[in-house]
Amino acid sequence: MNRKILGFVLIGVALLILPHVLTQVGTAWVRIANLAILFIFLSLGLNIVVGMAGLLDLGYVAFYAVGAYLWALLASPHFGLHLPFWIILPLGALLACIAGAVLGAPCLRLRGDYLAIVTLGFGEIVRIFMNNLSTPFNITNGPKGITGIDDVSIGSISFATTDSFFGIPFTGPVKYYYMLLALLLLIIIVNLRLQNSRIGRAWVAIREDEIAAKAAGINTWNVKLLAFAMGASFGGIAGGMFAAMQGFISPESFVLHESIIIVAMVVLGGMGNVWGVIAGALLLSFVPEILRYTVEPVQMALFGRQLVEPEVLRMLLFGAALVLTMRFRPAGIWPESRHRREMSEARGAGA
Amino acid sequence: MADKPADPGHALLMAVGLEVHYGGIAAVQGISLAIEEGEMVCLIGANGAGKTSTLKALARMIPSSGEIHYRKERLDRLPSHLLIGKGMALVPEGRGIFARLTVAENLAMGAYHRSDKADIAADLAHVYGLLPRLKERAEQVAGTLSGGEQQMLAIGRALMGRPQLLLLDEPSMGLAPLMVDKVFEVIRAVAAEGVTIFLVEQNARLALQTCARGYVMESGRITLADSADKLLADPRVRAAYLGE
Repeated sequence: MNRKILGFVLIGVALLILPHVLTQVGTAWVRIANLAILFIFLSLGLNIVVGMAGLLDLGYVAFYAVGAYLWALLASPHFGLHLPFWIILPLGALLACIAGAVLGAPCLRLRGDYLAIVTLGFGEIVRIFMNNLSTPFNITNGPKGITGIDDVSIGSISFATTDSFFGIPFTGPVKYYYMLLALLLLIIIVNLRLQNSRIGRAWVAIREDEIAAKAAGINTWNVKLLAFAMGASFGGIAGGMFAAMQGFISPESFVLHESIIIVAMVVLGGMGNVWGVIAGALLLSFVPEILRYTVEPVQMALFGRQLVEPEVLRMLLFGAALVLTMRFRPAGIWPESRHRREMSEARGAGA
Repeated sequence: MADKPADPGHALLMAVGLEVHYGGIAAVQGISLAIEEGEMVCLIGANGAGKTSTLKALARMIPSSGEIHYRKERLDRLPSHLLIGKGMALVPEGRGIFARLTVAENLAMGAYHRSDKADIAADLAHVYGLLPRLKERAEQVAGTLSGGEQQMLAIGRALMGRPQLLLLDEPSMGLAPLMVDKVFEVIRAVAAEGVTIFLVEQNARLALQTCARGYVMESGRITLADSADKLLADPRVRAAYLGE
């Protein structure tokens, strides 16, 4: 028990000093870390839908878009609105939650592949809406996107500038990092509570057998809708933070590819397990970036010239890593305990 | 079809003019049946006769038309998840256990709609007494149980809802003969405790030997309804379902 506490304290301290270490390497790495945390938000949100309730949602990025656009519209020169973050962020979560329920309601009668196709369609519809809502009334500014989005500011501290506290410089990205870390802690706690709650067990029951779940008295319709809505609200929070950090958003940021990456994070990490999903999100966020910075120098050192474009090789290695993980750890890097238990017992029984 | 709702009398479960359609195909074509409290009744018939559709319709798992009465209450407008709270439990076709949950977790899900903790604990002890095999395997993942044990678990889970009526869909399906006997022993034991049983079964002989009364279903219609003894002696039943 004491070792466990010590472990948490050490991880906590490491996470607190991490951005300052990364700043030494380059501010770009702090931004990469921030994006990685955003992807953890998204994966944890999607994990509720895919991992816990077993509903394959390929349009999850739509809720990310809803949160991002809400922030962009309420805190930018586009409409001349500049609301504070503590109003927009909960509002973004709420709007995404409603969007989740609205998108979820008509497709929850569908199962498996059909649900995946319909959600994929909804994801695209949202993006195309954002792309076209510039006429007759200019709401989203169409494909040009929205620029000059406000940074977060808490009291007199703006996240756009560098401040010094106790002689240590805190750049904008470092401040965002701490804010995201605090939000992450909150989101992890919510997820862990959900995993072991009555509603969490109902989600798992639906995933395992829907008819039996109904026979056990679970209102499957409501419970599935709740999974969609709660999952979506995490996407909305991530979207809002994304808009503030980037200062610019356009429909280009919310393509199908993003949805697929988030699904890959959940599946690769270990569906249903909060820690596994976090591991998956971190891996798929950092590895491509590390490759981006190493592929070219390594080739120069080995062959004296660049044989393969970094981008091509990056995706190739990325794909290979996914295939290998699925081959050797089919339940994910860090699977849900019940899944792991079942796998090992099946193996034991076969032997 | 009757204009006025039928009077269920003292039947526990009654269906009048029950119909199930899949697209243009009528799987169940206006059948009527009644089950009284404490009875053990079976519905037998060939593959595709509409037995499972009938049971699923009674449990409100699939859309149907016609009347369904349960204790003087109309069920045909109720959503399926409310039935367990009224005392009607379904053991679905293919068992439908929660494969990745443990045996204990599966049983706990059976009492999902209840909040009376002390009574739930008592019922759990009761189920473990009835099905000692489940107690031995309480912490095992349900997906790793044998077929027979899974069927026992499905029955145990249904009993955790403290039902007055148990609907069983093909409990013998895919089980070794020895296991089938054990499962039916359990069903008899449950009935002996006063739970009304409605059993859908392809194994006609076993079903008729277990139950007091039976319905025979053919192409979506009930063609015979009588006491189990008479059905067992009926030449049509013997020829079609008992292989004689």
